[in-house]
Amino acid sequence: MGDAKLDLLQGTLDLMVLQTLAAMGEMHGYGIARRIEQVSGDEVLLNQGTIYAALVRLQQRGWIEAEWGASDNNRRAKFYSITKRGRKQLADDTEYWRRLASVMGRVLAMGEEVEEQ
Amino acid sequence: MTHKRRGSWMDALRRTQARVAAFFRRDSMDRDLEEEVAAHIAMATEENVRRGLSPEEARRRALVRFGGVEQAKERQRESRGLPWLDTVLQDLRYTVRTLARDRGFATVAILILALGIGANVVVFSVVNTILLRPLPFYDPSRLVWIAPEHPNGLSDSTYSVDAYEDLRSMNRSFEDVTGYFAFSTTDNYKLTGRGDPKPVTGIMVAGNFFHVLGVEPQLGRLFTEDESRKGGPAAVLLAHPFWQRQFSGDRSIVGKVITLDNHPVTVVGVLPESFDFGAAFSPGSKVDILTPVMMDEIRYEGNTLALIGRLKPGATVEQARAEAKTLFPQFYWGKKYPDSKGNYTGWPIPLKDYVSGKLRRSLVVLWSAVGLILLIVCVNLSNLLLARAAARSKEFALRSALGAGRGRLIRQLLTESLVLAVAGAAFGLALSYALLRYLAHQGSIALPLLNSVRLDTAALLWTLAITVSTSVLFGLLPGVRASRANVQEALKDGGHGATEGRKHEAMRTVLVVSEVALACVLLIGAGLLLRSFLKVLDVDLGFQPATAAAMKLDYDDGNSTDRRSAILQNVARRVSAIPGIDAVGFSDNLPLDRNRGWGGPRVKGKNYKPGEVPGAFVYIVSPGYMKAMGMRLRGRDFAWSDSDKSEGVIILNRKAAKGLWPDEDPIGKIAVLGKKDVRVIGVIDDVRDTNIEGQTGWQMYLPMTESDWGPDGAYLVVRTKLPPAQLSGTVLRTLREINPNQPSVEFRPMQRVVDHATSPRQFFVLLVGTFAGLGLLLASLGIYGVISYSVTRRTQEIGIRMALGASPGHVQIGVIRNTLQMAAVGIAAGAVLSIAMAHLISSLLFGTAPTDPPTFAGMPVLLVAVALLAGYLPARRASRINPMVALRNE
Repeated sequence: MGDAKLDLLQGTLDLMVLQTLAAMGEMHGYGIARRIEQVSGDEVLLNQGTIYAALVRLQQRGWIEAEWGASDNNRRAKFYSITKRGRKQLADDTEYWRRLASVMGRVLAMGEEVEEQ
Repeated sequence: MTHKRRGSWMDALRRTQARVAAFFRRDSMDRDLEEEVAAHIAMATEENVRRGLSPEEARRRALVRFGGVEQAKERQRESRGLPWLDTVLQDLRYTVRTLARDRGFATVAILILALGIGANVVVFSVVNTILLRPLPFYDPSRLVWIAPEHPNGLSDSTYSVDAYEDLRSMNRSFEDVTGYFAFSTTDNYKLTGRGDPKPVTGIMVAGNFFHVLGVEPQLGRLFTEDESRKGGPAAVLLAHPFWQRQFSGDRSIVGKVITLDNHPVTVVGVLPESFDFGAAFSPGSKVDILTPVMMDEIRYEGNTLALIGRLKPGATVEQARAEAKTLFPQFYWGKKYPDSKGNYTGWPIPLKDYVSGKLRRSLVVLWSAVGLILLIVCVNLSNLLLARAAARSKEFALRSALGAGRGRLIRQLLTESLVLAVAGAAFGLALSYALLRYLAHQGSIALPLLNSVRLDTAALLWTLAITVSTSVLFGLLPGVRASRANVQEALKDGGHGATEGRKHEAMRTVLVVSEVALACVLLIGAGLLLRSFLKVLDVDLGFQPATAAAMKLDYDDGNSTDRRSAILQNVARRVSAIPGIDAVGFSDNLPLDRNRGWGGPRVKGKNYKPGEVPGAFVYIVSPGYMKAMGMRLRGRDFAWSDSDKSEGVIILNRKAAKGLWPDEDPIGKIAVLGKKDVRVIGVIDDVRDTNIEGQTGWQMYLPMTESDWGPDGAYLVVRTKLPPAQLSGTVLRTLREINPNQPSVEFRPMQRVVDHATSPRQFFVLLVGTFAGLGLLLASLGIYGVISYSVTRRTQEIGIRMALGASPGHVQIGVIRNTLQMAAVGIAAGAVLSIAMAHLISSLLFGTAPTDPPTFAGMPVLLVAVALLAGYLPARRASRINPMVALRNE
């Protein structure tokens, strides 16, 4: 399914969704999408619709749960929350991203050092 | 992001489960998503409105931010479900639609496949039952049949009681050895006390018979040692079908006493349904009861026991053979005759080989024939699909122009052939189910274990395997070809794709030629087998089965020869008086029935070395028997006046007569039989004693009216031109008037006995013949298809030629010449293959050379005739082409 670029994006989006739910508690899909947009500023251009593929994927892995409920202005909406296994996964993924970011930082910095000399 | 998947296979499993669940809950999940997306858009719109946008603009922006509602839904569906299965289902739906549009093609294809697959499943089930499946006994691989290596028929494959007992006590290879009395006849017991007296077929077995085979009774118990001893309590075990039929499956019958041959016998048990004595040891006959054989009663009756051994764990057949070589010569025919030692040999073979070994080659041939049919079916379907692909080339070109990959097109075509094959297999299974049920209930085919043939798991797996491989085999070639089609050329309007068409046609011609070749091999094989079968039917049996019928006769002579003679004379007189009955006689054995040999007669006054005189097959008969049976006698028949008071008499068959007096007329000579002098009063043509295809040995006929040769029961034999069934009632009434104890039996037409003996050959010929016919039909369909297509394709060319002056006859001949060329190449190839095939099956032939000229000439002629017919129809169409119309169509 899909090519490498899409896969990376999906994985990234999955992590963002998990982190949002861990930080904000129970939320509906629109709320999660808005929250990610707000936090990332204009740097991520997200088609809000793609979030639903991520949500169903995370649900099938058992990392988040969903339940129908009422929104602030009493609209019926599906609310998602992170599970215990989801939190563990989030911790693992966060660790992985930090390490990857630091390695990438160092690798990319290497070129700059050479240039500076 | 591979690190995420270290969540282990549990994670993967959970995800797969969820995906499968989602696939099946598609509708409710779609509704959920629909609602969720709607809520999303609504909330986004509301928020935009709150920021001061107009409702329309608010909604538009919300949709833009969402980014394609349908794409989002599709993406969600893809990540939650089984997208590949969706594709497969899509292919399937498309296939069903396509096939429904082309109903004629689909029907023909499914029908052909049903026949091909059905035939294969039937033959596989038969092969599996007879050859592959283990015998229905405990650990059957350790069971062996013990007989001399090259038994000379007759009593040669059986042993005396003393030999059996010595083998049992002296051997080191066997856990135990058992045996059964090998010379029982059908209806050899009479059950009374339960309505009309009924004939019952029983086999006497050694006391340990069931222990050695590892058969446990379904009810009750097996025989005790006491019950196998002379003078012990009388006991009987019931076979399952007999228990069901005669006692309606009454469980309380165990322990009760029934009356057999006027003696009370206790039913000690009922055998399980899986045990069928006849199926394993005497194919095509039913056995109702089993009784213990009293060894002391038959100790000096000769070689009466057929032996079965169970090898010790770890012992091999080779070890048993090596041991037998030194052991068997130490056995006595009878220990009270010291000079009867040393005449035995033994050659144990696996029991399975004894039961079905002789059939192995026939079954393999049958299996190959049916495999050939499947191959022809595949070729034929490939051909049909190629023709269809040619017609559909535009559709494929369009699809590939629209972006369908080559793999996708091949997959689509393979899906089509798989759908056809599965549909064909479904019908084929139904067909084979019906056929196998029929075969299982065909008690008259003398093939072992056939009663247990059924559609089992193995057969279903086999069906699956051949279905899949068939569909790949016949779908792949047209698939690859079609997907390679030239888009440009195919899409050109009105273009006939001339080069493609010609390539297609060449491919199809090759296919048809191979079809003809395969059909030719099948036809010649079937022809050879059919010729053999006809030769078997043509064998001089030595009697006339068409006009003779036999019935088991009950009488009580109190062991007095005079009384027996009086009773039989009375019966003969009364029965002869019945209108329609031309002759009456009695015999204690019938041709092609029970095997029985005695020491042969010798020339009086001549000294013989031991073993110099062969054993002779013996019939103890009454006057009139030979006439009733339609046998050809030179000299005189027995007379009622031949008795203990007159000179002993004997009638010999030609072979025995020639053996004793090679250069003289034997009639009037004196022979010695046992210790008695007998005068040869007649010579009779050889009668087939136990089988039709083998050689006939020495035979002798002795009168029932002499007390030296007590007959072993008696059959009433009549000669009549009426159907014997019509006479049964009248004759039975007459017999009942004479003897109220006469069991109610039907006449057994001797023709039925002969048919029984030829039934295995008939079975094989019928099947192979059917397959050959099917092959012929398929080949002619193939020829017709190709020629017809080429005529259609060349309509314009033919039109032009006719416009230029070619006569219709000329055109017709041209098309037919094409057909014949194709057939000729196929037949030539087929004939060469057939020569190899014929040598492989030569051991199955009877009186027919593997190069039998009539077959090798006749079958190609038949093929040519059918090819002509298949080519004639399109040829006639071609000759009626109207040049004007054909050219205008351009």
